[in-house]
Amino acid sequence: MAQVPVEHGLMLAAVLFALGLVGVLARRNLLFILLSLEVMLNSAGLAFVVAGSHWQQPDGQILFLFILTVAAAEVSIGLALVLLFQHRHQSLNVDDASGMRG
Amino acid sequence: MNVVFYISGAVAVLTTAIAITRRNAAHALLYLVVSLLSVALVFFTLGAPFAAALEVIIYAGAIMVLFIFVIMMLNPAGGERAGDAPLRDWRLWIGPSILSAILGLELVYLFAGNVAGSTGAGEVVPVQVGVILLGPYVLGVELASILLLAALVSASHLGRRALPGEEENPEGKGGS
Amino acid sequence: MLSLLWLVPALPLAGFIVLTLLGNRRLPHAVTSMVGVGSVGLSALLTLLIGVAFLAPPNAGSAFDQSVWTWMNVGGLNLAVAFRLDSLSLTMIFVVTFVGFLIHLYSVEHMAADEGYNRFFACMNLFVAAMLILVLADNLVLLYLGWEGVGLASYLLIGFWYREEANGRAARKAFLVTRVGDTAFAIGLFLLYSDLGTLQIQPLMQDAAAKWAPGSAIAIAAAALLLAGALGKSAQLPLQVWLPDAMAGPTPVSALIHAATMVTAGVYLIARTNVLFSLAPPVMLVTAIIGAATLLLAGMSALVQRDIKRVLAYSTMSQIGYMFLALGAGAWSAAIFHFWTHAFFKALLFLGAGVIIAALEEDHDIFHMGGLRTRQPLAYWTFLIGAASLSALPLLTAGFYSKDKILWDVWSSPGGGPVLWAAGLAGALLTALYTFRVVFRVFFGAPSPKVVEASPMKQPGIRISIPLVVLAVFSIGAGFVELPETLGNFPAFSNFIMNSLPPMIAHGGQGAEALLQLISAIAVLLGIALAYVFFLRRPGWSARLALSPAGNALSRFWFSGWGFDGLYERLIIRPYIFLARVNKHDVFDWLAEVLVARPYAALARMNKDDFFDRIFGWIAELNAAVARALRTLQSGYVRWYAAGIVMGAIILIATAVLR
Repeated sequence: MAQVPVEHGLMLAAVLFALGLVGVLARRNLLFILLSLEVMLNSAGLAFVVAGSHWQQPDGQILFLFILTVAAAEVSIGLALVLLFQHRHQSLNVDDASGMRG
Repeated sequence: MNVVFYISGAVAVLTTAIAITRRNAAHALLYLVVSLLSVALVFFTLGAPFAAALEVIIYAGAIMVLFIFVIMMLNPAGGERAGDAPLRDWRLWIGPSILSAILGLELVYLFAGNVAGSTGAGEVVPVQVGVILLGPYVLGVELASILLLAALVSASHLGRRALPGEEENPEGKGGS
Repeated sequence: MLSLLWLVPALPLAGFIVLTLLGNRRLPHAVTSMVGVGSVGLSALLTLLIGVAFLAPPNAGSAFDQSVWTWMNVGGLNLAVAFRLDSLSLTMIFVVTFVGFLIHLYSVEHMAADEGYNRFFACMNLFVAAMLILVLADNLVLLYLGWEGVGLASYLLIGFWYREEANGRAARKAFLVTRVGDTAFAIGLFLLYSDLGTLQIQPLMQDAAAKWAPGSAIAIAAAALLLAGALGKSAQLPLQVWLPDAMAGPTPVSALIHAATMVTAGVYLIARTNVLFSLAPPVMLVTAIIGAATLLLAGMSALVQRDIKRVLAYSTMSQIGYMFLALGAGAWSAAIFHFWTHAFFKALLFLGAGVIIAALEEDHDIFHMGGLRTRQPLAYWTFLIGAASLSALPLLTAGFYSKDKILWDVWSSPGGGPVLWAAGLAGALLTALYTFRVVFRVFFGAPSPKVVEASPMKQPGIRISIPLVVLAVFSIGAGFVELPETLGNFPAFSNFIMNSLPPMIAHGGQGAEALLQLISAIAVLLGIALAYVFFLRRPGWSARLALSPAGNALSRFWFSGWGFDGLYERLIIRPYIFLARVNKHDVFDWLAEVLVARPYAALARMNKDDFFDRIFGWIAELNAAVARALRTLQSGYVRWYAAGIVMGAIILIATAVLR
């Protein structure tokens, strides 16, 4: 197996996280925002696996499994909400949902 | 093996960056799938085959497919209604980029030189994962299944209202 | 048995408390009746048993004191809630509980349809309790407590139908007029305490007899003040104006309070403190004169009234005038004997009137009645018996024996005399006249259209009939306990009362007594005959007499109670209101306005926006500005909020980075 410095693995996770963050903040399309959220979640899981590999223990993968579960649950509900959003606002522009202004 | 790690890492970063800048959601999805596959490769090189398998099966396999279904259902139009503004105006990327950059650099700085050691030489086989999953972590497993149940119920309830062709709720609201 | 004395006032008091706490419109009548009537009934029963024990040997007739608890022990004043049972108070409590019980029983049927049924019995029980405390009290302050209590109950009951404003006014009038008397009474109490140092009745009287010379200023002052209190409660001149208007209350109230008991509280007070009065002969004379004047005045007013209850009210005033006359002449036992008989026949008359009024749908006017002899036979016979007793029909009725005793005692006592006797005699004639005027007008003659319309009339039930019959029996028989020398010489009552009241030494022998009895019998019969002629045989004569100029003026004068209401209105009420209005704006008001109010208002106007106001204004402005600034954070955009989270994360991680 590759014996890579742990920092490199974690840095990879950090970069992916940042990219996902950019996507969440910059894009207005609801689908893309969800997509970017998935990227962020994925990067968090990557960090866990890297740590688990470092300690040679299965706990990292187990936590990755849980994160995956959460991501799956969140995606399904989020997509259902996207459908509702589309139905209500006839668009996927998240800026259209600014009724809580003020 | 280390080389494979770095190459797959680079591919993941590249395809993610491309994915978030697409106009067409389906294109973005496909790029994202590639990114996920490369992350799975990263897992494999780190000696976590179980995680790699999960990444492919569930993340790239189920979640992304779910996305595809929704995209196909929604058939979004382009332009303002789809929120294309950042793709037409690159200046809208400045703020988010700065924020993310700061965050990312902070993290990188934290990691560099602070964490000692390297990833392990051995592989953490699925057997080990299974044993410990159904041992100390069994409570977590149960909770996860409840979570999934909740998600199932909510999604089916929420999703039902928005199906086209069904009688429209004049309120258009999701909950009752 | 005697030690149960405290229960006699306690039972009605408990009845009052229970009915007040539990009573509302939803309490069933049966329960209310049981509590209300039962408490008084039990008291009556107890009184009977206590009376038997009191009269039983050994120690027959000696006074019994019972102290229940110490009320106050303050400075030198030590007062207890203590009761004294002697022949005088036994007589009083017997009358109060017995007549009270009968009237309560009567009320169960009479007031059955009233929506204030519970309130009625609660107030009646309160009254009975207060009256019992009054007559049993062994010190003057406890007596005053009962005195005030009956005043309160009277107010509550006169104004029972409070939704009619006139009833409330009548209740207030009663309360205010008796208040004048009560205040004099209170001042009398202060005087007595400051001079004698005690307010317990028996020691007080002994000390006064020892310390005060007869006719001394202090004795006159104290007696006069107590007299004033008695005058208010007993509706004698000049405080008599409230009694006719008090007829606004329900008939049982009039029967119990304004005939048999409360109005006799004044008589009781004077009898109780007789030593003080004996020490002030001028006050006794005034008492007798007031009694005589009132009995004549009230008798004349009763002659021209149309409302049957007002006739009876003036009649009560008149009969109490007899009692005051007797007291003033020093004939203590005669006064109490007349109280005894009067309670029975006057209550009977009121209850009978109540039956008539109810049968005619609350019409009180005797000129709307007539021919009720056949239509309400029970009411007729019992009313007739009561009227006969009131008129002192010779030999057969209780009223004859008591009134006659008064007349004889007044003639023969050193404090009395022929003039006072003559007034009493004239009063007897008047009494017979006005009483039988009512009897003939109501029960005989042609029925008025209203009576015809109301026939056939519903006859009263058992709960009304029993009290009427019992009272009728007593109206005849209650007199036989005191037979004068000329007619059997059976002075049982005087002997009984002599344990608590001083006896009166009579001048003149049996011959004089017999002659006077004959004269008064003639007067009574003459009165009845005149009533027969003027009001039944030839009603036209009385009508023509009334219409003649002199007759008209006289009858109007008498009708208004000799114009006392008008007199007080002009003499007291109008000046008082005038003064009140004048004082509305006085010098001090003007000064306060000019010196304080106006400058203050000017200063306030000048300082409208002062330093502190401005600071507060700035604070408010600052608050609004900050709110406006912070409001921009609520942009409504999801991405903005996400960016906020990220910035927070950055800051947090920075703290780790920068360590």
